[in-house]
Amino acid sequence: MSIWRSAFAASLTLWMATSAQADEQVSTFTLDNGMDVVVVQDTRAPVVTHMLWYRVGSADEPDGASGVAHFLEHLMFKATDNMETGEFSRVVAENGGRDNAFTSYDYTAYFQRVAADRLGLMMQMEADRMRNLALTAGDITSERGVIIEERNQRTENNPRALFGEQVAAAQYLNHGYAVPIIGWMHEMEELGMQDVMSFYEAHYAPNNTILIVAGDVTPDEVRTLAETHYGPIPANPAIAPRARTAEPPQIAERRVIYRDARVAQPYVSRSYLAPERDPGDQQAAAALTMLAEILGGGTTSFLTEKLQFDSQVAVYAGAFYRGVSLDDTTFDVVVLPSPGISLEEAEAAMDATLAEFIQTGVDPEQLERIKMQLRASQIYARDSASGVANRYGRALTSGLTVEDVQAWPDVLQAVTAEDIMAAAEMVLRKDTSVTGYLTRPESPEATQ
Amino acid sequence: MKHLILSFAALILLALPARAEVDIEEVTSPGGITAWLVQEPSIPFTALHIRFRGGATLDREGKRGAMNLMTGLLEEGAGDLDARAFAREMESLAASFSYSVRDDALSIQARFLTENRDDAVALLRSSIKAPRFDPDAIDRVREQVLSGIRSDAVDPNEIATRTWRSMAFGDHPYGSALSGTEQSVTALTRADLLAAHGDIFAKDRMYVGAVGDITPEELGTLLDTLLGDLPETGAPMPEAAVVGIAGGITVVPMDVPQSVAVFGHAGIEQDDDDSFAARVLNQVLGGGGFQSRLTQEVRVERGLTYGVYSFLVPRDLAATYQGQVASANDRIAEAIDVIRAEWARAAAEGVTAEELEAAKTYMTGSYPLQFDGNGTIARIMVGMQMLGLPVDYIATRNEKVDAVTLEDVQRVAASLLDPDGLHFVVVGQPEGLSTGPLPN
Repeated sequence: MSIWRSAFAASLTLWMATSAQADEQVSTFTLDNGMDVVVVQDTRAPVVTHMLWYRVGSADEPDGASGVAHFLEHLMFKATDNMETGEFSRVVAENGGRDNAFTSYDYTAYFQRVAADRLGLMMQMEADRMRNLALTAGDITSERGVIIEERNQRTENNPRALFGEQVAAAQYLNHGYAVPIIGWMHEMEELGMQDVMSFYEAHYAPNNTILIVAGDVTPDEVRTLAETHYGPIPANPAIAPRARTAEPPQIAERRVIYRDARVAQPYVSRSYLAPERDPGDQQAAAALTMLAEILGGGTTSFLTEKLQFDSQVAVYAGAFYRGVSLDDTTFDVVVLPSPGISLEEAEAAMDATLAEFIQTGVDPEQLERIKMQLRASQIYARDSASGVANRYGRALTSGLTVEDVQAWPDVLQAVTAEDIMAAAEMVLRKDTSVTGYLTRPESPEATQ
Repeated sequence: MKHLILSFAALILLALPARAEVDIEEVTSPGGITAWLVQEPSIPFTALHIRFRGGATLDREGKRGAMNLMTGLLEEGAGDLDARAFAREMESLAASFSYSVRDDALSIQARFLTENRDDAVALLRSSIKAPRFDPDAIDRVREQVLSGIRSDAVDPNEIATRTWRSMAFGDHPYGSALSGTEQSVTALTRADLLAAHGDIFAKDRMYVGAVGDITPEELGTLLDTLLGDLPETGAPMPEAAVVGIAGGITVVPMDVPQSVAVFGHAGIEQDDDDSFAARVLNQVLGGGGFQSRLTQEVRVERGLTYGVYSFLVPRDLAATYQGQVASANDRIAEAIDVIRAEWARAAAEGVTAEELEAAKTYMTGSYPLQFDGNGTIARIMVGMQMLGLPVDYIATRNEKVDAVTLEDVQRVAASLLDPDGLHFVVVGQPEGLSTGPLPN
């Protein structure tokens, strides 16, 4: 039983879903205006998922306008020159569909799930709002209230989220990953029409998008509809490959201590700067993916074995690695100490266990079990066409190619114990790490 | 051939939204266990969903949290295998089993490959039939549960929900958290867990759905192997609960920037003749999507919240109509005023013909979209069985939605919606709220 894993494990589902599948029917092509298109066929139900992914996220925001990528995502549901405010979602609903959108560091995506014969209508509306957004001052005011409440709900009311922001800000000195996706509150409060529209004009163009259609549709049908609806939109020649500031070499270990009276379960986290999956070069990321699983992927993992079973230092221990990222990512370890164990003791036990792993090496039977699970996950993944669509969207907006996505399962299977140990020695270095304590304020009794 | 059929279907689809084509058959095993099955041989695995009615409401007097702790221990060692050996075996098979308990049912979700199905079923069987409840596992999982209980105690959403439920249901199991208290969980013994196990795992409360690469004959054999030697009967079901909460506002002070509010009053049973009219009403008032009145008025027009919803909660032993909203401390009072006003407007005027049509189109059109994947369909089929719905229900469900008239909705709105009966529990530092019962 692991009631805690889900609190930290956005990356677990990522990991299980990041293997491409045998027999998946994926086609790709590019429109004349530069829009990339991926079609995933799944004829089990007469339904499609239509997704438009923009190669722009919060890490591409100008200084001082944090949160504008996400704010624009919200405002894309307002009026255009051709549609009233709210009409987009209303039409989707009237057609029995569901729609939403999401923003991350590296991408912004809009999607609808709808009966397959409504695909053209979805494209018509999505193409419209790519160019014709018509915002009012009232939209800015009311929707800014909404995103502020969203930050209140996700972050201000949640000490774990506040702590996570501080850790990320300490991890990145010179890169947009230091800034929360939703934005810093003091900057969100000042976001205005000019911030939104200049971001929209700079980034929303067909040659900055990937269209992904998954479901009961043929590639030819998608091509015809896409050329009709998206084809007429001209490319924006000003769109260039994303050039972001790079981190300097990290030479000092960093520590973050956040105290909050709302913390009931303190914990220690350690994040190490780590390479991400790069096009044509995914071996190191594959080894790190395996390392996270071996160290802290579940009941049989090394950290769990040592800290929860052998010593009962922890009520939970886990390791996470998010390989799909445009720029340098992190490898994370978290330990929730048992009652009576201090954070210092938990950290010492974590470090001792990591050192022991470097000495002990990989258990070959565990590695084989993980590879078996990965092979099986390719079968299970075929059960969700929208999951496949998401996997391609994240990868292609993070600098990877369709070939990289399709090669990934084989790259994972080829990882050896030596690769994993080399990855561990490369990444698990304290001078490229941030150690974080989330804990309660020091009480008078504690300081006596 | 399939494409010819689909292109014909597409012609019809121009006029009608997609129809759910889920071909359910009822399978009875040689040993007499029934299950609903959808064969889907295109992917070589099977998803299985099993539910045992009663769930955490079967906790015995003074043993709150026993069913939850017992459920958490099912994967922590069974038969000859201790917790770690069990986990290694599950990994080797690339199977996944998950066990969870809620108010009304204990659920087991499993998926396993066709190539090693028998071994996976044997392992799953041992976890249901012969969990070990080893003392070290009990202590370990107990600490995890206690850690969760302590965290819930400072989570504004949990506090709001628990306070509302405590006020609504008092001493009934619905009135307290199913994970128990630090005190009750600390006191639980191995004997309590064995008692909880015996109370719930019985054929008289069991429902099974299976979707995937398996034939009816194979499923029949599987059912007898997996569940055939469970006892016929378990513990009696608890008495129905009374929704005993009056209108008003209760504030639980907490130092957070955003106030969290949970609100509601009594609801409507799932088998009520007006159940569909109530669901259409809720879709208009506060259902999911951007079109609901609450979302339009509280979020879109006024920017007071990121999310406001209402939902019908027809549990086995009591039905409630609830909702939730979160707004900054200085704006929650306005959000609550708007919600109560919308509740009153709908009670007095019902919905418009346009809203009714839009809600029906959405509900009928989106219905097929939820049959998304083998595990999901297995879960939905178990839910249908627990409600006593017929095996052909999916094909007829949209007709029931379409049959709802404006008069039906007005009648249900007038009887169900009670703006003065709404009780809001607000956790935070809300400004400008007068607490206590509503003034007459």
